[in-house]
Amino acid sequence: MRREPLLNAAVFLGLLAAVLWAKAMDEPFTITLATRVAILALAGVGLNLALGLGGLVSLGHAVFFGIGGYAMGILASHAQSYSPLIEWPVLIEGTKSMPVIWLVAMAASGLAALGIGALSLRTSGVYFIMITLAFGQMFYYFAISWPAYGGEDGLSIYVRNGFPGLNTLDPIQFFAICYVILGLALWLFSRLSRSAFGLALGAARQNAERVMAVGIAPYRLRLVAFALSGVITGLAGALFADLNRFVSPTMFSWQTSGEIMVFVILGGVARLFGPVVGAAVFILLEHVLGGLSEFWHIYLGAVLLVVVLFARGGIIGLIAGREVRHD
Amino acid sequence: MSLILFIEQMLNGVQFGVMLFLMAAGLTLIFGVMGLINLAHGSLYMIGAFAAAWVAGMSGSFVLALIASLAAAAAAGALIELTVIRRLYDRDHLDQVLATFALILIFSEGTRWLFGSFPLFLEIPPYLSGPVTLPGGIEYPLYRLAIIGVGLLVAAGLFALIARTRIGIQIRAGEADREMIAALGVNISALYTIVFALGAALAGLAGALIGAIQSVQVGMGEPVLILAFVVIVIGGIGSIKGALVGAILVGLTDTLGRVLLPAVFAQFMAPQAASSVGSSLASMSIYILMAGVLVMRPSGLFGKA
Repeated sequence: MRREPLLNAAVFLGLLAAVLWAKAMDEPFTITLATRVAILALAGVGLNLALGLGGLVSLGHAVFFGIGGYAMGILASHAQSYSPLIEWPVLIEGTKSMPVIWLVAMAASGLAALGIGALSLRTSGVYFIMITLAFGQMFYYFAISWPAYGGEDGLSIYVRNGFPGLNTLDPIQFFAICYVILGLALWLFSRLSRSAFGLALGAARQNAERVMAVGIAPYRLRLVAFALSGVITGLAGALFADLNRFVSPTMFSWQTSGEIMVFVILGGVARLFGPVVGAAVFILLEHVLGGLSEFWHIYLGAVLLVVVLFARGGIIGLIAGREVRHD
Repeated sequence: MSLILFIEQMLNGVQFGVMLFLMAAGLTLIFGVMGLINLAHGSLYMIGAFAAAWVAGMSGSFVLALIASLAAAAAAGALIELTVIRRLYDRDHLDQVLATFALILIFSEGTRWLFGSFPLFLEIPPYLSGPVTLPGGIEYPLYRLAIIGVGLLVAAGLFALIARTRIGIQIRAGEADREMIAALGVNISALYTIVFALGAALAGLAGALIGAIQSVQVGMGEPVLILAFVVIVIGGIGSIKGALVGAILVGLTDTLGRVLLPAVFAQFMAPQAASSVGSSLASMSIYILMAGVLVMRPSGLFGKA
């Protein structure tokens, strides 16, 4: 218990230190890697809210990641071609402003999560996993076959969107944006997990009948958690699209859902910093193993198997002990 | 649309459904008996297809290729059951999803490493190629008809196996109460390995049969895997009958949706827009079907409530 906050602080500062070191050494690629870690960790924090706190095993979080990405892609592509998004009944133009894009991405993915959650949460267990997976596939095929925004080829954005007062094309400034947002999301997660809402949600995960017996409806708790989770993952999607200046249906693919889940599990389910550690280790593995062998996914699979079979509680559980969970 | 074209499309839908059944039967058996979600089932399908393409390339015999696909997939299934899957039975679904996701990564990259990234091809043998004329003057490819036949035979065999044989009784008893049949002296872990290998062999057979129509390549298993999941969720997890009904339903919805929806939209939209809206709706149609079924019946058509 004592070790976990120390570990968390070390991880959070370590990410910053890596970037400052890269800045001093003039290695922009390392900064880009760290930015990817921050963004993917943010997506994982979103999933961790549903998966860790709520016990909702969603294999469809790529939906929200993709919606966030496409919110950025659609708004920015209209802005760069100077064609309005909608002309009637009100004129809506595209935009290159990050804060506006973020709001749209969060609103859109939140609404999608409310809709998907309202239907999916009627089921539980395997059926829930499968129905969220099916919604993911639905959006994936929709994105592939809808030609207006690039279809299978995706959308390229030529210049990164702007943030007032910052030069987002400078890698370290863009990293700073993502890092601050990640910090805010982590703060929100830790507040939520200790709030009355978070405690009730955790109780509903452990024993739904008892929660109902004291007069709380698990369905509504879970729906709110699922929607919030979608909002955070959607924001991560918008940032990820901005990092690559590219969106494609791959963001909706079930492999993306699987990878976001891998971040959470690798780091440690329900741990505050689980997704951060998971995303960092994943990116590091990808970078190191990808340099060793073209077939690095084999090693990734092996590492994953070992973690699932032998290191329950993920990497944080391995280092800081398992005292946190009581179920 | 002419009646002949419609019947042809119906047959295509049934053929697709029968193939999905081969995948879904194994998945639903494994889930029903062991309570395991196996994402790596698509990898077994891929292994079957690669084994068939490789053996057909070496020997030139399609029958040998089919036998090889069954053997390779069953062996791979038994191997992963003994090494990995066995440890997952009393874990929660999350661990099962993750571990079998890891197996997909290992199998896909391993196959890419062995066979390269280029697709292999499996030829339809001469005695099964060409069209056949059905009553009513409908010309239909013999090979697709053969797939329907093989699939229905396997379905009948599976029903007989579950309902009539000793091992079928043990499987059903294992589904109902695992401790009890272990206490009655049935070797439960051997039974599990057999069930897993049986499911794997069916997936391998499906891969080999489809490999002759499509190309054999890494990653071919996952789209089919997800459809097979849709099938067993619609049918009710654990039910073979549900898997058969769900498979035909999904096969028909998918095939007919692709043909009919663009035509329907063309009635009241510009042709260009109709074909794009129609085809995007068609590719979503089975997921809409599944969501609809689950909203009405949260544990599938034939599932235990």
